[in-house]
Amino acid sequence: MLGKLTLSAIPYQNPIVMGAVAFMVVVTIAVLGTVTLLGKWKYLWTQWLTSVDHKKIGAMYIILAGVMLLRGFADAMMMRAQQALAYGGHAGYLPPEHFDQVFSAHGTIMIFFMAMPFMIGLMNCVLPLQIGARDVAFPFLNSLSLWLTVAGAILVNLSLAIGDFSRAGWLAYPPLSELRFSPGVGVDYYIWALQISGMGTTLSGVNFIATILRMRAPGMKLMRMPVFTWTALCTNILIVAAFPVLTVSLALLTLDRYLGMHFFTNTLGGDPMMYVNLIWIWGHPEVYILILPAFGIFSEIIATFSGKRLFGYTSMVLATMAIALLSFLVWLHHFFTMGSGADVNAFFGITTMVIAVPTGVKIFNWLFTMYRGRVRLESPVLWTVGFMITFVIGGMSGVLMAVPPADFVLHNSLFLVAHFHNVIIGGVVFGAMAGLTYWFPKVFGFRLNETLGKAAFWCWLVGFYVAFMPLYVLGLMGATRRMDHYDNPAWRPLFVIAAIGAVIIFCGIALQVAQVVVSIAQRERARDLTGDPWQGRTLEWATSSPPPAYNFARIPVVRDRDAFWDMKQRSVEMKAAVYRPIHMPRNTGTGFVMAVFLGLAAFAMIWHIWWLAIGGVAAAMVALVHHAFDDDRDYYVEAEEVRRTEVLRGRAQLRSV
Amino acid sequence: MSTRLTAHGGALAFEPGYADDAADALRNLRGAPAAIDFEPEHHPDSAAIAQLGFWIYLMSDCLLFAGLFATYSVLHARTAGGPTPHGLFDLPYVLAETVFLLVSSFTCGLATLAIGRRSRGATLGWLAVTFVLGLTFVGMELHEFAHMLAAGAGPNRSAFLSSFFTLVATHGLHVTCGLIWMAIMMVLVVKKGFTPSTETRLACLSLFWHFLDIIWVGVFSLVYLFGVS
Amino acid sequence: MLIASKKTGDRTAMMDRPAHRRLARLLPFSAALLLSGCRWAVLDPKGPIGLEERSIILTATVLMLIVVVPVIALILLFAWRYRASNVKAEYRPDWSHSNRIEAVVWLIPCIIVGALGVIAWRSSHTLDPYRPLDSRVKPLRIEAVALDWKWLFIYPDQKVATVNEVAFPANVPVEFHITSATVMNAFFIPQLGSQIYAMAGMQTQLHLLASEPGTYQGLSSNYSGDGFSGMTFRAVALPTPQGFDAWLAKVRAAQQPLGAAAYEQLALPSESNPVAYYSQVQSNLFADIVAGRLPQPASRLLARTPVRAHRAGPLAPMVMSGMPGMSATRSN
Repeated sequence: MLGKLTLSAIPYQNPIVMGAVAFMVVVTIAVLGTVTLLGKWKYLWTQWLTSVDHKKIGAMYIILAGVMLLRGFADAMMMRAQQALAYGGHAGYLPPEHFDQVFSAHGTIMIFFMAMPFMIGLMNCVLPLQIGARDVAFPFLNSLSLWLTVAGAILVNLSLAIGDFSRAGWLAYPPLSELRFSPGVGVDYYIWALQISGMGTTLSGVNFIATILRMRAPGMKLMRMPVFTWTALCTNILIVAAFPVLTVSLALLTLDRYLGMHFFTNTLGGDPMMYVNLIWIWGHPEVYILILPAFGIFSEIIATFSGKRLFGYTSMVLATMAIALLSFLVWLHHFFTMGSGADVNAFFGITTMVIAVPTGVKIFNWLFTMYRGRVRLESPVLWTVGFMITFVIGGMSGVLMAVPPADFVLHNSLFLVAHFHNVIIGGVVFGAMAGLTYWFPKVFGFRLNETLGKAAFWCWLVGFYVAFMPLYVLGLMGATRRMDHYDNPAWRPLFVIAAIGAVIIFCGIALQVAQVVVSIAQRERARDLTGDPWQGRTLEWATSSPPPAYNFARIPVVRDRDAFWDMKQRSVEMKAAVYRPIHMPRNTGTGFVMAVFLGLAAFAMIWHIWWLAIGGVAAAMVALVHHAFDDDRDYYVEAEEVRRTEVLRGRAQLRSV
Repeated sequence: MSTRLTAHGGALAFEPGYADDAADALRNLRGAPAAIDFEPEHHPDSAAIAQLGFWIYLMSDCLLFAGLFATYSVLHARTAGGPTPHGLFDLPYVLAETVFLLVSSFTCGLATLAIGRRSRGATLGWLAVTFVLGLTFVGMELHEFAHMLAAGAGPNRSAFLSSFFTLVATHGLHVTCGLIWMAIMMVLVVKKGFTPSTETRLACLSLFWHFLDIIWVGVFSLVYLFGVS
Repeated sequence: MLIASKKTGDRTAMMDRPAHRRLARLLPFSAALLLSGCRWAVLDPKGPIGLEERSIILTATVLMLIVVVPVIALILLFAWRYRASNVKAEYRPDWSHSNRIEAVVWLIPCIIVGALGVIAWRSSHTLDPYRPLDSRVKPLRIEAVALDWKWLFIYPDQKVATVNEVAFPANVPVEFHITSATVMNAFFIPQLGSQIYAMAGMQTQLHLLASEPGTYQGLSSNYSGDGFSGMTFRAVALPTPQGFDAWLAKVRAAQQPLGAAAYEQLALPSESNPVAYYSQVQSNLFADIVAGRLPQPASRLLARTPVRAHRAGPLAPMVMSGMPGMSATRSN
């Protein structure tokens, strides 16, 4: 009746896990309790959970990313502590079965449930505003994508309490991830969490491409789009092209595990190398999916805060497209040591290096945007400058490993781990933090506390270097990754330094949490009354902060790049005298409901509760069909109400026509 | 300011020459400070956007099949001492299957023409024919699978068979989803007639159906014809 | 780490000294820290493969630093010089294009990448793991099998086998044939050079040579499960061929055959195995393992194991030429 699920799935004997579970339970009860005490269930349901407003959906993505950052970072601290303790015969405090889950969860969470939602959340918040649209092309799908991602994140966290998580690393290579070598539910949790959230991500990709291609304001030709919009377009093309390959890879692994097929097994013709190829054909574009939006964020910030046009717009656009295209031609560099032969290795090594060229061009363009500008050294710019320096170093170690024989001695070592954290933290995380600080006033109407923001930045920057430079050294000393203990006591001081670095980063995160709390408490003092707190250049700053649900009362005509800056130069004010009714989509709970059912179905698949799996999918389909038959899916904001809203925000022309 | 909207079978239409467009234009012509620089008329063509979105989804689906084709190409020779294509594939049978599917694509096209003519009866008729042909295709495929399973040539016999079953069955699953969708659309047409949203969805459905046809041509060629040659 | 001044014992006196002097005091401490017992492995190779790879690493790094150092300097310079409070700096808000700058920023990375590309092409071929080394000495063939969680080394010509210890004479090319009887692993001796994956059902090859005698650490560099961290081995490069013969004699003295039954026992999951010697090996054992003709190791059962006790890995001073499975065997 309940498949494989029994009470013994709860890891009673493991005090660390039970502690974490208790913490999660307490926090969940606290949150639910607070909502109940404040009587906010109806508000939560009608204004947030059923919302199809891109701004709210974006905010919820970012909240998810923040929560999962804490979870993923806890895993990181655990690993650093273990490796600082477990040298030369000492066992540390984490047995391997646990350590292996921790590093697998850390990678999975950080990529799929922290970095991706953060970037998708920022794109959600900003993109329609930047192109002068009222929402994305498919608002209901947007809501569905969000809740599918949340369902995946919940599954990963549930694995802590019921059963265990995968011990096969964040990419679950077979044969290790096959049933024979991973007989528990861990890899199944991993598979289904990723398939569910992957569906959401693919739908987001479709959504954003359609939005950017078809919903731009009149006059916004492609070469007048903001650079963030360009990077978002390329990112979403990558999503649509790459995620199906992830779906296939995981599906084939699922078929091996569930139906005894032989795609990647050791016997009867299976070929694990096929999985490695497929997963990296997805995996490499994935990291560009993460970094391209960050590049766009930095472009916007550096231009705005230098009070200057972005240098080399055309080459930025071309470089972005080149990076997107090339990202599909480099995947083999992740397994030079699998023995593909010199010609193949050399080809992929060269293509990998070629990607460094357009990336370098971008760095120069940002550099020359600052040149002869007036650079306001506020925290978004600090993140940007920190990124530029850190990313260049990370890129250097990457190009180094792109030479196959160099990789032969550095592959899978801590040097590799240092490299990818270098570019992901220096690039993606710094970009997310910068974007958060930059666009927070637009979404919520008040600025984040700048002092705490700067302090957090310095902790992250210093913490990153202290945590990861030792890892480069360790890699050169022959230390490999994913070790739960090691023999060489000479490595220990470096692991200790790395652990200290993690603590410094933790201080940064704590400061950011404090920043949010303090900013909310002091929000009246930091209100953004003009809608344009940074002397912005792009259209999102032309709305009030936060914008009304419909974004723009009237869609402006765009006549140049940096559309808002151009309007300011021409003294055009975004004030209308005449208003029209605005066509808006209605909120709907269908996305939430479908995600609940599909999440249940995934849980059922993990535990082999077949009736629940089929039932969950069927219920989700019923909900979808019900939504399809529903005619009451949109409404009009009457012109008079639009006018009143605009007057309240100080944006109506006072004289009539 | 009156809103001068008319309802048009569920779609919204602005009457041309709406008053303040002229006022806006006039003001700009006079060279007055451009206090307003708004679009004269701007509402996105939601039907076209929906179809574009569906095309993009189809491209992602295409890549999904590409992954399965790639896997089949790599693993098709790994028969692990078990059944090979020569022994398994019954080309005349598969040809019949193919004909059913191709014809169903044709009848789907006829249904599309009927939608253009706003002819409810013809639309439902041709959709029904398409449905039956599609159902026959799926039935024949299931029969082929059952036969292979009974002969000990199931998907867990070898990597070749795993990749064969998965590729063909994924296509069959897509067809099945298309059939369910088709049934729902027929109900929608009966209940609501040709509303803009119904028309858009029917257009997407027929895109889907033709796409599956093209994928099947690939399967037929790469798997069956190539396998037996 | 600032050391209080010895003269006055007062920290403020220390702070009065110029910064570079303070830093100079730190250097010996950090150098000692960095060099203490520290083997740079990859940067201190003991074989021609490793030496060439190190030279590539250093060359590529220097080539890239040509661009990276000025760029980082410019980033800091521009951010500081053009900061908003510096009103003396020129401000050109609409300057956003320069063909000359574009040409330079596209061209210079292209040149560097071009140079690195040539290096990559050439070295990928000369350092191909499958490529035999240029040597007139006949290579020694050693077959390596990754098991859960130890390495089995078979000497097909000498008909002996060892666990977690591989020995060969220095300055003799070694031709490794590598496979796995379990999941994907990777065979790696950092101080000698390249690694390569060990995969079931197939064999990979690696050619290495130790130019100096010594004992080097070997490991698996592809995570393979719970016992992975203990999957280290000793790679002993003996000074002379006679030394190698002596080692072979030691192995043969173990009087321990490795037939099908013993192999099956060995293949059971165990970790941190001490070194073991087998004096006789079933012929074609390696080929049988690759072809999957031998019974596969038992699948990994779910087990909640207690927190482990003190473990000594194979690099521990004690070398036991005893039976397999002497370390804790887990039913995992």
